[in-house]
Amino acid sequence: MEAAAQEKIISVINEKFEGEIIEATMLTDFFTIIVKKEQIVDIISHLYHHPDTKFQFLTTLCGIHFPEQNQIVVMYQLHNMVTNQRLRLKIFLSADNAVTKTLTTVFAAANWMERETYDFYGVIFEGHPNLKRILNVDEMIIFPMRKEYPLEDQTREDKNDLMFGR
Amino acid sequence: MEATADKIIVGEKPEGIEGTGFFATRLDKVVGLARKNSIWPLPFATSCCGIEFMATMGAHYDLARFGSERLSFSPRQADLLMVMGTIAKKMGPVLRQVYEQMAEPRWVLSVGACASSGGIFDTYSVLQGIDRIIPVDVYVPGCPPRPEQIIDGVMKIQYLVETESLRRRDSAEYKAMLNKYGIE
Amino acid sequence: MEATAAIAPAIEKEEKQYSYLNLGPTHPATHGIFQNVLKMDGEVIVDSQPTIGYIHRAFEKLAERRPYNQITPITDRLNYCSAPINNIGWHMTVEKLLGVEIPKRVQYLRVIIMELARITDHLICNAVIGVDTGALTGFVYMFQQRELVYEIYEEICGARLTTNIGRIGGFERDFSPKAWEKIHKFLKEFPVVLEEFDSLLSRNRIFMDRTIGAGGISVEHALNYSFTGPNLRAAGVDYDVRVASPYSSYEDFDFVIPVGKNGDVYDRFMVRQEEMRQSLSIIKQAMKNLPEGPYHAVVPEFYLPHKEDVYNNMEALIYHFKIVMGETEVPKGEVYHCVEGGNGELGFYLISDGGRTPFRLHFRRPCFIFYQAYPEMIKGSMLSDAILTMSSMNVIAGELDA
Repeated sequence: MEAAAQEKIISVINEKFEGEIIEATMLTDFFTIIVKKEQIVDIISHLYHHPDTKFQFLTTLCGIHFPEQNQIVVMYQLHNMVTNQRLRLKIFLSADNAVTKTLTTVFAAANWMERETYDFYGVIFEGHPNLKRILNVDEMIIFPMRKEYPLEDQTREDKNDLMFGR
Repeated sequence: MEATADKIIVGEKPEGIEGTGFFATRLDKVVGLARKNSIWPLPFATSCCGIEFMATMGAHYDLARFGSERLSFSPRQADLLMVMGTIAKKMGPVLRQVYEQMAEPRWVLSVGACASSGGIFDTYSVLQGIDRIIPVDVYVPGCPPRPEQIIDGVMKIQYLVETESLRRRDSAEYKAMLNKYGIE
Repeated sequence: MEATAAIAPAIEKEEKQYSYLNLGPTHPATHGIFQNVLKMDGEVIVDSQPTIGYIHRAFEKLAERRPYNQITPITDRLNYCSAPINNIGWHMTVEKLLGVEIPKRVQYLRVIIMELARITDHLICNAVIGVDTGALTGFVYMFQQRELVYEIYEEICGARLTTNIGRIGGFERDFSPKAWEKIHKFLKEFPVVLEEFDSLLSRNRIFMDRTIGAGGISVEHALNYSFTGPNLRAAGVDYDVRVASPYSSYEDFDFVIPVGKNGDVYDRFMVRQEEMRQSLSIIKQAMKNLPEGPYHAVVPEFYLPHKEDVYNNMEALIYHFKIVMGETEVPKGEVYHCVEGGNGELGFYLISDGGRTPFRLHFRRPCFIFYQAYPEMIKGSMLSDAILTMSSMNVIAGELDA
């Protein structure tokens, strides 16, 4: 993305949400903005409606766990299909109290993506119409994608660490 | 016995006494012969192996040659449960229920690495082999197995069906085996 | 008259009775493992509650524990109807992270493989739409052709369905003369069968009555639900990753993006039919203009050396050991790469912290995203149309549940 287009997006956000941007960088070929967590949905909604940006397509949404910082990042990828611009937004949440607002008010597609993020990381999306586990069984008590939980099935006894590791 | 153009052999004749207009043999051999060539499979296809099963059912590999072209989607009428693909822990109870609904005699064919042992998915959400919840007769390795392998597995099942004693399902060992899985 | 007046209030008071129908998770008509609890008013669906996750295999967690070259087999099992697209998409993601320049010949060979995979994916979907409308014949015809593509895969990589095709940097070997011969054979035989299949269904009155207007979705809804791929194009948006952000030299090829109008089952069927023809044309162009050159890029840290070199060359032995043990060094970085998969935009979001495995790998799985619109699409339609809607959306359980 050219520098002019980046400036444009930043100025559109600053127009209404002055001081919300923490950092804006180019990662490989993808423009990424880290914003403060409080007004993320309003910012996305603003970018959706603003005539200069019109990011009206939610490509994907996912969580990332950073155990050392004890943080969970929620990543949103937006797309403007007319100008073929893509934008990534990130917010940082505390892993102990990962709460943010739901994006389902803007994009219907966010529904299951948020449920998946809740299922994997335990991020609570306030105002979500049906926030419960989607892929795992309801009885599960852990959030398996957090780094501290093991990948392997714990009930297996035939694989031991002595020879091959797991 | 040789198959020629005017003499097509559908099934091997069991040994017995033959004369003009009659043929006498043991009942279990006849039952075995009949069952072997009319196995109704229930395809429990969950993932990739299910696609290979579709290829097996297609014209190229043609499972109908073994008398199994009639897929029974109702467990009540099925003889053979073909489990193809990963069984997640969420799916386990469903599989078990399907097995319990099948009538005796029933056989289970576990197709593919996932169904047999969990395969590469040694993860928190995958059942590490369906033999943890239901008894399995034949395992077919491969990820996914080629249609030839699936057919080989079906032929192994045919052998078991043919040679099975009629009283096996009433035996104490069989009941003990089912009880081990908690199935009445 | 008096009698009716006396009865009428009683009827009004009586609440409408709905029946609940449990469709799945092992229903034979659903072609996969999805559960839908349908609230039915007679034959009409009032509401539905989908449940997914019946083959959740923890791909994303698994990918955090595997070295980069060992993730390729995992991607196979995402959308197993078009596994090579997933494999090559993943390879290109890693190449983007490494910043490797890929030779032109490899890019063209990849295009050929990916378009063959697209054909098999669409072919199975359209054949199954035929089955669900009661036309089994087309299914048998088309599956014979699928075997031809499998034979090509076998000639190139040795596997049929879950191909694990290629390596990071290119292919493990050049296409053999036999493989080219088989591709030529396929290009000659498939169009005939495709047109025959097309003539069986596309202007068939029964098929048209059954599919036109069934399971439709409007453009606005499709975009809001983040539809991509043939399902979005059937609704009328000409979005195709191959054109919007070209990868692997797709900008060199001349092809048309077919677009539908109503987003119903018939449009989806027709879009897929036309895409198969376009794929054939792309393969022909790629074969005609195939550049000479190496069949892999020079990335010794990821590209497994030939066995001869391993035995005779010290460096090759070291690289072989490092790759097999998963000890290669990867730069830090964060990339997103998307390819046009069989069902739409298949994205790989990769964060590398410099370790032997990805720090985080997120798959943007098109099926998972568009399947959530299913309850809305079948609301108010008949039960048999709901089955048809599902098969025409081409929901693949492996991709849905990750």
